Amino acid sequence: MAEVVSMDEIRATAARLDIDLSSVDLDSIRLPPGEDFGVISDDEDLKGEDPLEFEAGFGNIIVVDNLPVVPKEKFDKLEGVIRKIYSQIGVIKEDGLWMPVDPETQKTQGYCFIEYNTPQEAELAKEKTNGYKLDRSHIFAVNMFDDIEKFMKVPDEWAPPETKPYAPGENLQKWLTDEKARDQFVIRAGSDTEVLWNDARQSKPELVYKRSFWTESFVQWSPLGTYLATVHRQGAAVWGGATTFNRLMRYAHPQVKLIDFSPGEKFLVTYSSHEPSNPRDTHRVVINIFDVRTGKVMRDFKGSADEFAIGGTGGVSGVSWPVFRWSGGRDDKYFARIGKNVISVYETETFTLIDKKSIKVENVMDFSWSPTDPILALFAPELGGGNQPARVSLVQIPSKEELRQKNLFSVSDCKMYWQSNGDYLAVKVDRYTKTKKSTYTGFELFRIKERDIPIEVLELENKNDKIISFAWEPKGHRFAVIHGDSPRPDVSFYSMRSGTNTGRVSKLSTIRGKQANALYWSPGGRFIILAGLKGFNGQLEFYNVDELETMATAEHFMATDVEWDPTGRYVVTSVTSVHEMENGFNVWSFNGKLLYRIMKDHFFQFLWRPRPPSFLSPEKEEEIAKNLKKYSKKYEAEDQDVSLQLSEQDREKRKMLKDEWERWVNEWKRLHEEQKLERQMLRDGEASDEEEEYEAKEVEVEELLDVSEEVISFD
Amino acid sequence: MRPILMKGHERPLTFLKYNRDGDLLFSCAKDHTPTVWFADNGERLGTYRGHNGAVWSCDVSRDSTRLITGSADQSAKLWDVQTGSQLFTFNFDSPARSVDFAVGDKLAVITTDPFMGLTSAIHIKRIARDPSDQTGESVAILKGPQGRINRAVWGSLNKTIISGGEDAVIRIWDSETGKLLKESDKEDGHKKPITSLTKSTDGSHFLTGSLDKSAKLWDTRTLTLIKTYVTERPVNAVTMSPLLDHVVLGGGQDASAVTTTDHRAGKFEAKFYDKILQEEIGGVKGHFGPINALAFNPDGKSFSSGGEDGYVRLHHFDPDYFNIKL
Repeated sequence: MAEVVSMDEIRATAARLDIDLSSVDLDSIRLPPGEDFGVISDDEDLKGEDPLEFEAGFGNIIVVDNLPVVPKEKFDKLEGVIRKIYSQIGVIKEDGLWMPVDPETQKTQGYCFIEYNTPQEAELAKEKTNGYKLDRSHIFAVNMFDDIEKFMKVPDEWAPPETKPYAPGENLQKWLTDEKARDQFVIRAGSDTEVLWNDARQSKPELVYKRSFWTESFVQWSPLGTYLATVHRQGAAVWGGATTFNRLMRYAHPQVKLIDFSPGEKFLVTYSSHEPSNPRDTHRVVINIFDVRTGKVMRDFKGSADEFAIGGTGGVSGVSWPVFRWSGGRDDKYFARIGKNVISVYETETFTLIDKKSIKVENVMDFSWSPTDPILALFAPELGGGNQPARVSLVQIPSKEELRQKNLFSVSDCKMYWQSNGDYLAVKVDRYTKTKKSTYTGFELFRIKERDIPIEVLELENKNDKIISFAWEPKGHRFAVIHGDSPRPDVSFYSMRSGTNTGRVSKLSTIRGKQANALYWSPGGRFIILAGLKGFNGQLEFYNVDELETMATAEHFMATDVEWDPTGRYVVTSVTSVHEMENGFNVWSFNGKLLYRIMKDHFFQFLWRPRPPSFLSPEKEEEIAKNLKKYSKKYEAEDQDVSLQLSEQDREKRKMLKDEWERWVNEWKRLHEEQKLERQMLRDGEASDEEEEYEAKEVEVEELLDVSEEVISFD
Repeated sequence: MRPILMKGHERPLTFLKYNRDGDLLFSCAKDHTPTVWFADNGERLGTYRGHNGAVWSCDVSRDSTRLITGSADQSAKLWDVQTGSQLFTFNFDSPARSVDFAVGDKLAVITTDPFMGLTSAIHIKRIARDPSDQTGESVAILKGPQGRINRAVWGSLNKTIISGGEDAVIRIWDSETGKLLKESDKEDGHKKPITSLTKSTDGSHFLTGSLDKSAKLWDTRTLTLIKTYVTERPVNAVTMSPLLDHVVLGGGQDASAVTTTDHRAGKFEAKFYDKILQEEIGGVKGHFGPINALAFNPDGKSFSSGGEDGYVRLHHFDPDYFNIKL
């Protein structure tokens, strides 16, 4: 951990040296090259680790071994063959192929050097041709020139690695033991990244840690909230600690673009794509899988972007992220990726394919893991113009046994939605109508935990309704669907259990004409926010699905994102920098009460720190829910104390402000009085100084509008 | 009460000023004719024709006989309020921005913009009692700050001049020697250009509005920061109620940055704040462009706002307004 000099220390030093910091233009200071004045740069050691592109200048040279040993006469022929093989991969430099000849025997020595224009080409050549069979007895052994040097340096005698004494680490889960049971979140605005407590009682956030230029692109929490990952040009880093944020580990991966944690946060997947040297080639993709705690690369994947972009979801735009999807649960045992007609499932014991081969699925388009169990759901569309039906199948890993399969006809697209416990799988199926001109949507609902996995078909009342959004209740048995036409779609709620028959899906309710296009369930279930983002300008409806009633409606103008805190007590709506104005976030209680709002220009990210799942058993949780009154008493008392204290503080503050103001006003009055004469002089003796006092005089004006005389008969 | 919409200008409003009695309202706009209105019912009384450029500000003498205006046509003019005739023209080499009569109306301060290599300057002119004796000579010229000076007013007893402008610094000058007496410091002060500056009625404190989305209240004599009012929009105009402890901030997104999606996006509201507690009380909507000018009637019972949309809106307060409790 390099020493970090804080701004405060800099100021203190400046004060000691009697330098006015504001007069110093820091940007204009140029250090002599190589001079660091003893200050270790944050990144210095990382740079050292980096495999520099032109390490010693030989990074673009490979050594090809196991060539046939030929006499002088055949030299040209062999060279021709080699040149043919290797110029397919990249451009060999002029005089870039050198095959040494033994001066005594005038025979070649069985190896040659090839110099490419770029290290990338050299790397590619090594990968592609290592193990290339020229003939039975000549199998190429290709190495980077630099590697040979490196391996030569390895000492011949094995020395036992030094065992470092165990240093107890910090408690990385300290934040969970907050006395007030608050949650943390990270925000990124401008160049600053801040981690804050959400102190809803005080109606304001409390700063935990703040740092400028903490990350170069974005930040991300690990799935259990232990680490905060930052992304830099040289690689990714994770941060954490008991009270503050220290760098725990770094993962070198030049030009890393995307990162992804495994669900149990044991592994970190990093991704980068590199411009090809030849503009006609596709981008080259490098993916590393790191062990989060040791920082070791467990496995790396390299290849062209095409190889990683196969499958329906990738499309033409490039690689769909995450490339590797992790099997559910926190064991982090399996991960898989989709390829052309295959699903490759790897296991993390050895980081190799299960059974050393991928699962062959003709024309597979999409797959997803159950969030809890090692079960894969696959979708393959129709083949042969509808002769072979499209199908969705569930595959058990590692046995690769098909648990259930469903054939579907005239399908245009399928989307899979798992319920968070892995109890249910909903497959949204878009089918063509008979004319093939339009599509309509239905759902296939799988009950994973029941015997034989029964499947039920659900169609909306109006089959032609467009589905705008679908969401399962977390840990629950209900789901919500937004359907209908865009300006005022309907929202329907369904349950997988109906009162009498537990095996049937039933509709709970439909609310009509809502300005909503996104659904956000509370992580605890029961409550949902129907949000109208983007085109709907940030309409929010807080809905209670148990009671089927709206708790509150609100608006956060231009809101772009909605995020529940991990406990489901609070929810944040934010306007990120996709809009130029209104940037900032609002914190709401679960029932739609606005607690506080913070405006920040150039607001990029808001992320709640996730919490690991509770250790309580379902029975225990139920018991707590039953006796909620008993437990909540303590907290209610605390709440009341805080609110009393707050109103007390508030009163005091107001009184202070009023007093202070009073002092100013009195002072002004005194001075005003003192200067009265002088002022009159300035006005040539005009006495009236009463410019600030006005009297409203009531003036009655009688106006004679008309006079008419009339003789009234008197009887 | 329903606001009175006063349509008399063809271009964005720049400045509003009530006379001391509060019966007349003078408005300046980017069209070339300052206008005078009845402050009670919004009826147009007349215009002052003669400028050949946007008119940036004006001030009226205590006895409501003289009007001074500063214009982008590189001149400041003295007018007879009643007849609308031009009495005198001060010519400069660059646009005149801010004008202000001193106590006693014998002096006026006029600021000029940086223009064609000239730096900005604060000119102090003597105002003759008899217009025929009027000369264009400056008593003093103050120079120094970089960038435009958006507003300069007289301090207490005409001894000082307070200026604020594009460099976000508030300066207090000695009006006789021309020396710089005080500057607001970087910590307390505004972070972006100061757009407006108004004094309290007794001149003891003043309020500045800035594009840094805040307004600040300062003591005139010591330049001590007393209060800060934070809003969500750049502040173009500020004013203070002479009656209650309220301040009003007006502004909104820059006209060029206004989105076309929704009128709410720009927030073209006049925002009321509690002067002491610095808390927002409410807002008055209506303009469909940023608010450029605000003025309180000296009786504190009405105020007017002028917008980029070319309208002046005259608001008489409902009785409820006088009973607002925070």
